[in-house]
Amino acid sequence: MKTALGFLVALTVLTALAFAPLFVGPYQLGLLIGLTGYVTLASAWALFSGRTGYVSLATVAFFGIGAYTVAVLSETMPYPLVLLVAAAIGLCVALLVGLATLRLAGVYFVIFSFGLAELVRQLVTWFETSVNGTLGRYIFLPLEAEHIYWQLLALAALTLLLTWWIQRTRLGLALKVIADDETVASHIGINIAWTKIALFTLSAIIMTLVGAIQAPRWTYVEPAIVFSPTVSFLTLIMALFGGASRLWGPALGAIPLFLLFEWLSASFPNHYSILLGLLFIIIVFLLPRGVVGFIEDKFQRKSPADLVEKPARVKEADQ
Amino acid sequence: MTTITRRHALRYLGASAILLAAAAPIAATADDRTSVKIGYAVSKTGGNAGGVGITTLPNYELWVKDVNDAGGLELPDGTRLPIEVIEYDDRSSAEEVVRSVERLATQDEVDFILPPWGTGFNLAVAPLFDRYGYPQLAVSAVTDKAPEFVKRWDKSYWLLGGGHDYADALAKVLSKASSDGTINSKVAMISVADGFGIDLVTAARPAMENAGIEVVYDVTYPAGTTDFTSVINEAAASGADSFVAFSYPPETFALTQQAQVANFNPKVLYLGVGTAFPVYGKNNGANAEGIMSLGGIDYNNPENMAYRARHEEVTGKAPDLWGSVITYSSLQMLQEAIKRRGLDRDAVSDELSNGTFQTAAGEITLEDNQLRTLWLTGQWQDGKFVAVAPTDRDGATVPILPKSAWQAQ
Repeated sequence: MKTALGFLVALTVLTALAFAPLFVGPYQLGLLIGLTGYVTLASAWALFSGRTGYVSLATVAFFGIGAYTVAVLSETMPYPLVLLVAAAIGLCVALLVGLATLRLAGVYFVIFSFGLAELVRQLVTWFETSVNGTLGRYIFLPLEAEHIYWQLLALAALTLLLTWWIQRTRLGLALKVIADDETVASHIGINIAWTKIALFTLSAIIMTLVGAIQAPRWTYVEPAIVFSPTVSFLTLIMALFGGASRLWGPALGAIPLFLLFEWLSASFPNHYSILLGLLFIIIVFLLPRGVVGFIEDKFQRKSPADLVEKPARVKEADQ
Repeated sequence: MTTITRRHALRYLGASAILLAAAAPIAATADDRTSVKIGYAVSKTGGNAGGVGITTLPNYELWVKDVNDAGGLELPDGTRLPIEVIEYDDRSSAEEVVRSVERLATQDEVDFILPPWGTGFNLAVAPLFDRYGYPQLAVSAVTDKAPEFVKRWDKSYWLLGGGHDYADALAKVLSKASSDGTINSKVAMISVADGFGIDLVTAARPAMENAGIEVVYDVTYPAGTTDFTSVINEAAASGADSFVAFSYPPETFALTQQAQVANFNPKVLYLGVGTAFPVYGKNNGANAEGIMSLGGIDYNNPENMAYRARHEEVTGKAPDLWGSVITYSSLQMLQEAIKRRGLDRDAVSDELSNGTFQTAAGEITLEDNQLRTLWLTGQWQDGKFVAVAPTDRDGATVPILPKSAWQAQ
């Protein structure tokens, strides 16, 4: 009953959000697009990193791949096909990277994932300049802001649904064990490598699609624009703020932080970066388990069942 | 101080509007207005801040001060309204510049929006300027696709030319010197692997070929390169008398130093962005003599010299010798168009397309929404970065070639 009710509420909210473009102005619609984009990115990030403890800074690598795929192919293929190709490229890159690197643990993986974003950016730059002799590309697609918004909203809903579903499957259970103790997990017969790769790939495909869907908003795309590391950092901090191991955590982190960033940049354009840095520090110190975790700690008495479900911290926090 | 009060208002307005996403549209401004709202989003922080801080922002601030000191923007009926500025920092992020311009157009409902800095950012916001009917006087955007953009966005104006213009002008200078027997017909080219470098080198290859100049060395380097020793050695060994670098400021400065260390003395030395900064001439002193680059100015143009003096007086630093004067002139055009046609954006756009304007850069009439009378090549001569091409334009100086050898410092 509780699940059914949850679904009903989620569906109502989704429907309300879907009709939002009819009632809000272009500026609010722009906000909603950015917001939905980050909710999706943070949820996708948490799908892998929040559950396995592997902190990834490669978000923008996939995001950028998606945007670039649209830029390259938008004039030669119908749009839905372009999205499919983008997802396929995201899948291939994620598989390749996953197979090669998910054996790395802890801080090594963080550094690697950060390097990956830079590697992809330099590869794209090299390819564009040496092979194609251009750098920037133009996207002229007949897509209005509300079309982009609806696509993102659908993707966000799908991401949350997937997360919810995975939590209830054997895969979700396996993940919890891996997050707690990899050695134990392998001893009880969980295929650790496969589980991590599956999740990493899934999360990467979603990130790629976010980039692909948002790209038509920019008209002009070049590596410095779509591979901006800020995207990776904001995604990470939003997911951590909300609580990376909970279904609604990343969304609850992304919404207030996104609005806060927006307000800060409008009100304190000259001090934005300083305030952002302070905020990052505060979040990591005061809310290591995120808002959701904080509320649970404060207001709920723990039953033994809750303790079992207690999410793993992000590993780096422990090291 | 209007900026501050505006921000205070916006803080509350913005916050409440954001929280209540479906807030009613902000009440339209009253008929009897007390100011003209001008908004802009530029990169005050991040990777683009350097370019913004030299070519764009000082000129915006200078113009607003000049206009407000004179009592405000003059309207067709002779009355004047002061400018109220709304300024955002896009933090060098494309998503942010798009959202800021959207905010200026729909939330702040400004009367006019000044463009951001950079080719990519100007293109990113062009569809928005078009959708909301704002004229876009894009200055810091070098693009060969301007004619195409004008067709797509009829209120967009492209004022700094395209890669082909600069590459063709350079090729002509080299070709002339080569046929005079001053230099041989070989050139070594390097370019930064970024929008600017790629655009120019792509245009330069065919331009050199058409001008009868053989490209014997052609290498692209990643932005941020600091060591050019091997590049300089290879270029020196290539047998070319001309060395061309389509570079960004840090590399332009590094190349100048390292060429001296390696005692590399090409007869023509052409470097990219940064050469036209006043500080370049100041730092390199006698060794800047003869170095060429994009841009240049006519030191005999009194309006331009007056502008330069005022810029230095108000902002505390001299403007660069390429895009700055065009930035300021574009604002003078806007000011004059408002004086002639009022605050109606369609009328102002029409005036910008068809009118003739007296500006700091001389008399300007746009052709197909583009500024075609530009200085394309400049050279440091006697501590001044003079314009040497196009050679047939009034005020052009004859280039001095070959460049003299480095002097010990």
